[in-house]
Parts: sequence; structure tokens; C-alpha cells
Amino acid sequence: MISRMLEIGYPQPRFDARSKVTGEEKYALDQCPESMLWAGAKRAGIPHGLIRKIDLSRARLLQGVHAVLTRADVPGTNRQGIVHKDQPVLAGHKVRHCGDPVVLVLAETRDILRTALNLIEVDIEPLPGVFDPEEALLPEAPLVHETGNLLRKAVIQTGNVSEAFQQCDVVVEDSFETASQEHAFLETENGLAWLEPDGRVVLIVSTQAPFRDRFEIGHALGLQPDMIRVIGPYLGGGFGGKNGATVQCLLVLAAMHAGNRPVKMWWEREESSTAGYKRHPVRMRYRLGAMNDGTLHALGCELFYDTGPYAHLGVEVMARGMEHAGGCYRIPNTFIEGRCVYTNNPISGAMRGFGVCQVSFGIEGMMDLMASRLGMSRLDIRLKNALRKGDRNCSGVTLVHSTGIVPCIESLGRHGLWTERGGWKAAAGPFKRRGIGIAAVSNAMGYGRGLQDSAIAKVELTWDGKIRVYNGVSDMGQGNSSAFVQIAGEVLRQDASRMELVQPDTDRTHPSGSSCAGRTTYTYGNALIKACEQLRDKLLHRAALMLSIDEPRGLALLPGRVRHLPSGREVPLELLGRFLPESDRIAVNQFVMPVSQDDINTGKEFKIGFPHVLFAYAAHLAYVEVDELTGKVEVKGYLAVTDGGRVINPSCFEQQVQGSVTQGIGYGLTEEVLVSEGKILNPNFTNYIIPTFLDIPEIASLPMESVEATGPFHMKGIGEVGTNGPLPAIAGAVEDAMGCRIRRSPITAESILHAMRNGRGAPR
Amino acid sequence: MKFSFYVNGQQTQVDVSPDRKFVDVLREDLGLTGTKEGCGAGECGACTILVEGLPRLSCLMTVAQLQGCHVTTVEGLVVEERLHPVQEAFVEHGAVQCGFCTPGVVLAAVDLLDRNPEPTREQIREGLSGNLCRCGGYAKIVDAVEAAGRKMREGTPQ
Repeated sequence: MISRMLEIGYPQPRFDARSKVTGEEKYALDQCPESMLWAGAKRAGIPHGLIRKIDLSRARLLQGVHAVLTRADVPGTNRQGIVHKDQPVLAGHKVRHCGDPVVLVLAETRDILRTALNLIEVDIEPLPGVFDPEEALLPEAPLVHETGNLLRKAVIQTGNVSEAFQQCDVVVEDSFETASQEHAFLETENGLAWLEPDGRVVLIVSTQAPFRDRFEIGHALGLQPDMIRVIGPYLGGGFGGKNGATVQCLLVLAAMHAGNRPVKMWWEREESSTAGYKRHPVRMRYRLGAMNDGTLHALGCELFYDTGPYAHLGVEVMARGMEHAGGCYRIPNTFIEGRCVYTNNPISGAMRGFGVCQVSFGIEGMMDLMASRLGMSRLDIRLKNALRKGDRNCSGVTLVHSTGIVPCIESLGRHGLWTERGGWKAAAGPFKRRGIGIAAVSNAMGYGRGLQDSAIAKVELTWDGKIRVYNGVSDMGQGNSSAFVQIAGEVLRQDASRMELVQPDTDRTHPSGSSCAGRTTYTYGNALIKACEQLRDKLLHRAALMLSIDEPRGLALLPGRVRHLPSGREVPLELLGRFLPESDRIAVNQFVMPVSQDDINTGKEFKIGFPHVLFAYAAHLAYVEVDELTGKVEVKGYLAVTDGGRVINPSCFEQQVQGSVTQGIGYGLTEEVLVSEGKILNPNFTNYIIPTFLDIPEIASLPMESVEATGPFHMKGIGEVGTNGPLPAIAGAVEDAMGCRIRRSPITAESILHAMRNGRGAPR
Repeated sequence: MKFSFYVNGQQTQVDVSPDRKFVDVLREDLGLTGTKEGCGAGECGACTILVEGLPRLSCLMTVAQLQGCHVTTVEGLVVEERLHPVQEAFVEHGAVQCGFCTPGVVLAAVDLLDRNPEPTREQIREGLSGNLCRCGGYAKIVDAVEAAGRKMREGTPQ
């Protein structure tokens, strides 16, 4: 069989598809060496309290228990956290949420581990807890941390908002609230670790940030980063929930007490829910002002992000949310105020759509409201105010990169699902009502200012003539590493059979940042193009040497060989590989993402992660049918038009769009982490409901290919933007169908019935 | 205790506790890590295997239940390096993303096509609704199963 050429722009099977479909691919979870021990944590079980006494005696006596460890056994600072080091590896004095780990146990089997954890008695004196972000800011609120419950307050403002509101012809106000969401990756948090004879610790872990993990582990446990090797195989899903320490610090601590045996930690589904990170619940108050012709003029916005007991990336999530609070619109006067607040709820952290999902619900709801107040079409008001290249956005950043939201909305407006919507709506069956909603959304790419967003790519001609890409940024399923193979194949003109791929390994690949923020393919891909061009030039020079040709002109890299085109003479890559010393077969290069050059005098509270200058855009449309008798909402049709620059692999592009829309539909209709007094009521798939095959319609995905001049082959990252559209589009469609706006996510049957009973769902 | 059964046609014996979960036997004792576990409670379908040709959730079965049975795991679908048509279609149609649900979905699809060689898209959705995928939008899996069905029908002599 002739192997497929790796070219940019054509649909291609993913490089990892074969090994995954056969079950050969080894995830972190698939590491099960015979001699391994099992590690697990005893968790607090109550949301706030002081540890009085821990009785380990019965657990220690249990046959097969290898070690029982507490705070006193942690050698370093005991503090983990990506930016804010506020989260203990093992709680020693105080517990701040139900999932805080208090004791770490190592045992011969998983069954013995479970028994041992049940034998441990932790006596905790309960403290009053705080579970609401606004109540947490009251003077009498219990303190989650001694430093106070306000993790960060920040303001983004442009123009003069108070004057501007007075100039507006129409001002509308509303409030919104979004629920917490689980990442619900199928491979829960896990890893395997062991000590090497030289004292180094090696981890194979399901992680989005192998390089940063070393620093987090090192800081918490008092180890030098070079004493830690992190290997990051393909993840069974990540979506932000494996960005930052999950099992890492506990696992290394366990390895330090495992006597050179490998030790495995694997959170069960319920433990993943209790101890893992979630999407921030957000409360929003909006005020939007416009002129009679629909031109937006002023935006006021107050946001409360509930980060739970630890920061994780709470401040950065809020920064990005505030940056997108005005959506993808031109609003010259803004005042956006955010508070990121500690509570005793589960930990909120990074999740796909990173703070933006929530405010998209807010601003798009306001746009629908403004449209109806002005008697404008929802599409026209968006089109009229959508950002164009050269505009300043709501943070005052000048848009100098590709800005495709206008063509996205226009394309949606030409699509049959929009133009034929009236007929579909009118054809609703008995006791059904139908509605159509739209949303225009954006999502910033990269880390933003204050933290260099860079990647270092390495590519090698192996001794046997293959091209090997050393990927430094985790592939959690989005297919970035497959895109890297495609990019290298394109630049070096090779087919898939001649390519090899190494996944992140801090000993073998180069630091390339975390797998997040729609940055992975963009940043590493750019670095890889440079590295491949460097390798290509080198190989042509060396081939010229072998062919005794004066200069490399007329030489071309072809699959498996270099040919001198004028003479037809060839050098096989196998021969070049054997001819060159290892150091000459390698090219390494770096790329740094551009940042905003505007000297904006706002958002100074954010030292990192604000502002951004590169954005992906999308216009979404949802067809929704509501059952009048039960209130049940079904999404019957969906369209997503996405500006992700040029598309590298249309098949992977669709995967990302359809997948993010699916998660967004779950967020819109069913997904909510139900928390009562800090305790999660639905910690497993029996009662935390993610969409199944039967809940998702056929999703039409259209690329709106702008040319992003700085992107690898002019692409932009689209991993996140699709998550932001479904909730507001569905909310708009439900309003179109029922005449009532649901202002809290998820939009459940109960919420619709409730709104109908209150007389707000009457037919129009 | 000793238990014996057939895995992908090979007679296999293990000496384990009778209540050991079969998914652990496959993954940890036999090294067949193609079978995944996503929830441990029979909700996600990642651990789907075929027992006597029928789909079963290996996280809900103990080894004792498998005594003497014929088990097919995802590893057993590849014959002499040739992928099963369902696997081939998953690769071609972009039905694989993170891949963690994939082995379970593939086996459920093999069973579905076995029972109904020409399913409609609705029937495919219905038939696979016990398997969760968190990365994709399901449609590409439906595309793949449709295509595999076509290919298998074409390959079967009338």
C-alpha cells in the first residue's frame, strides 16, 4: 500500500488513530508493572474544619500496607499551585474542602488500599463554611484562608462609561448565573512513579503540562527540577482538568516511600469529582447601552468567580472572562469589574473555554435583549457591532491579527438553517414548540502578556532515514501531535510511513508549555516549521556533499530520498542518516507568540494572562425543540461557522468543532455539579449527565478561513471557541420558542416549567 | 483460585481471587490494556468486551463469571496485522480523538453490525448509546459505523 503524503489542507487520518483503535497505544493508565504498589489519599469529607487527631494505628497494622504518610512526611513547602501556591499536598492543620487529602497510603493491592483508607480515622473539628461567592465577601464570613476570601479584584475599563450610559438611547440590564461543570474525561487522573537508583524520580502521568509539573512538584516536595523526569503519553481527555498538579505531588511523595518499587495512583470516578478541578461557577450582572440605530456604546459588568478553596488558575480564568465580557463587539466605553473569591466549594480551575463560556452566556443574552428592545434582528445587531480588524476591543487592544467574526456571522446568515428557519419552526408537532438561537463568540489564544508563550521544537533524521518529531506539548486528544507530523511531513516532503513521533518527556523533548489555551498547534507548529526548514537545508547540504555537487541548488527532498533534479541522481535518507553523526541529524528551533503592543492602562491587577491579541471566532446557530408538557429541551440542529485561520486538517478541525459544541450542549442542557454545603451530590456518570449519542444532533461545521499571518500555515487554535456558543445559542432558541429567557445554566426541564408557570412562557 | 477462559481464541488461565473484576484481570494480570475503564460503574462503556459474541461491561463482571467463556477484546479484532473493517473505518472517518472510549465503542459497533448489518444512523445512535465519548460530537463515529457496514456487506458473498 502506498503511504499517504502528509500535506497541509487535506483531510487525513490522524497519526495516532491506528494505535488507538487497536488498543496498542499506552496511556498513563496502562502502565501496570507487576511489582507496583498502589497509592491513595484519605480525604477530608467535610468542607471546612481543623484537624484535631489522625488515628493511623489500624491502617498501619493491616497486612499489605506499605506506608502511611501525613503532612509531617512532606519534605518541601507542601504547597502546590500553578501561579498561587495555596494548595497543600497533604492538609496538616486545616481542611478547606471535602476533597482535601489528609493521609497518603501505599499498599500492595488496590483492595488493601481501600480497606486501609477506611481504617484511618481523621477527627476534624468542623468550622462554619462559606459556599456563596458574594456571602464570602461579607465582613462576618468565615475565612477560607487567613489572608481573606477575596483572591483578586480587578477592573478593565475603557472610555468613560458613566458619561457614555447617559448618552445612550437604550440601556438594558440583566443578571445571569452559570453552574460548575466537570471535565468528565474518560481517563481519570492517574500516574505511575518510581525512584531510579541515582535518586531521580520518574513519573508517567496523564498531564497537560509535563514541564511545569517538575517545578510544581519540586516546590512542594523540596526537589530540584532536574531530579524529576516527567513522561506525558497521550491523555484520555484533559479539557483543562489535567493542567496543574492532580496526582503528581502525592505520587512523587509516595514514590519516595516505595523503596524503589513503582507506585500507581488512579483516582476513581467519584474521587475525580471530589478532588478534581471544575469550571468556575460565575454570577454576572450586566448593563448594556446602545444608540437607536443599534450601535453599542457602553457596557457595565460585574462578575463573581467562585474559585473554591484554592486559586488553581482562578485569577487567570477570571482575567480571560473579563477580557471577553463584552464579547466580540466594538463597545467604546466599558467598565468590567471582577472578583475571584475563595469558598469551601470544590476547586474551580482551568477548563476549555477558560472563563469565557460563562460571560458568553451573559453578553449574548444581553445582545438578544437589546435586539428585542430595539426591534432589530438578532443577526443584524451582532453584525453591526462585530469587531473588525483595526478596531479596539473591549479591553482597548487593537486587533491587528485576523479577525473573522463578520464573515462568520455573514456566512451563518446565508446558510439554509438560517434562511429556512421559519418553515422549520412552524412545523412543530403537537405540544412542541420550536425556536432558533444564535451566538457570536470569540476565544483568545495563548497565555497573554506577562508569561512568554513559547515552544521549542526538535526534529531528527534518524540513523535509519526516518523523520522523528520530538513533541514537547501534551496531546490530550485534540490531535496537535498528529498536526505536527503533518507539518513536518509537509515541510520535509515525507509520507506517513517515514514519520516517527515522540511524546512529551522532560528528558527527551524540549519545554513547550502546557497543552491549553488554543496554543498547542499554533506555538509548537511554528517552532517546528523553523526546525524542519533548518533540517531540510542541512540535509540538502549534506546530500550535495555526498553527491559531490558544488552547491545544494537543484536538490529536492522527496519521500525517503534527496534527488538532484538536473541529473536525477539520488541519496536515500537511510544513507544520509548513517552518514551523519547524531548531533548533525538534529534541528531545534523556538517560536514565541506575539503579544499586544498597546499600552493599555487597565487590568493592572493581572500580572500575567492579560491582555491577548490573537483570537479565534465563531458564529453558532441552534435549532431547539421544547416539549410543552415536560419542559424538556432537545437540540435538533446545529451550525458552527469558525474562524480558525487556514485549516491544517479539515477532519481534525471538524473533530474539534463538533467536540467542543457537544461539550457546550452538555453545559447548556444537563451538566451541573450539584453542590450542597460543599459536598458534591452527583459525583459519577449515573447522575452527572454528559451528552450521549442520542442527545447530540448532526453538527454542521463550516470553516471560515482567514489568513493568520503569524500562524503555522496561517492557522489559529480552535480548541476552545466552540465551547462558548452553545449555551447562549440554546438560551436564545428557548426564548424564541417559549417567550422566556432562562438566565441560569443549565437550561433544564425544571427551569422551563418553572418559567412557564410564572406566566413567562406564554405563547407570543 | 484458578480460572480458565478463552481470550481472543487463546486458552488462558489465571490464579486470582474469584471476585476480582474482569477488567483488572485483562489489564493488570494479562497485560491486555486495550480494554479501558472510565467509571467502574457500568455507565461509560469504555470497558466493553464481547463475551460469547455479546457486548458486556468488564468492569461489572468478576472473573468467576467468565469461567469457560470465550472473550473478545479490542486486541482480538486485528488479524495478521489487518484491522477489522470497523477499526479501519474509525481511522478513515476521524472517529478517533483521545481514543480512550474507542476500544469499547469499536466492540459495541462490531456487535451492532453483527446483529444489524445495515443500520440507519438512528439505529447506530441507539445501538451505541451505552458508550460515552467526551471528545467528539458522535457523528463521526456514526459515519464510521455506516461506512464499515457498507464495506462488510460488500465483502460478504451473497
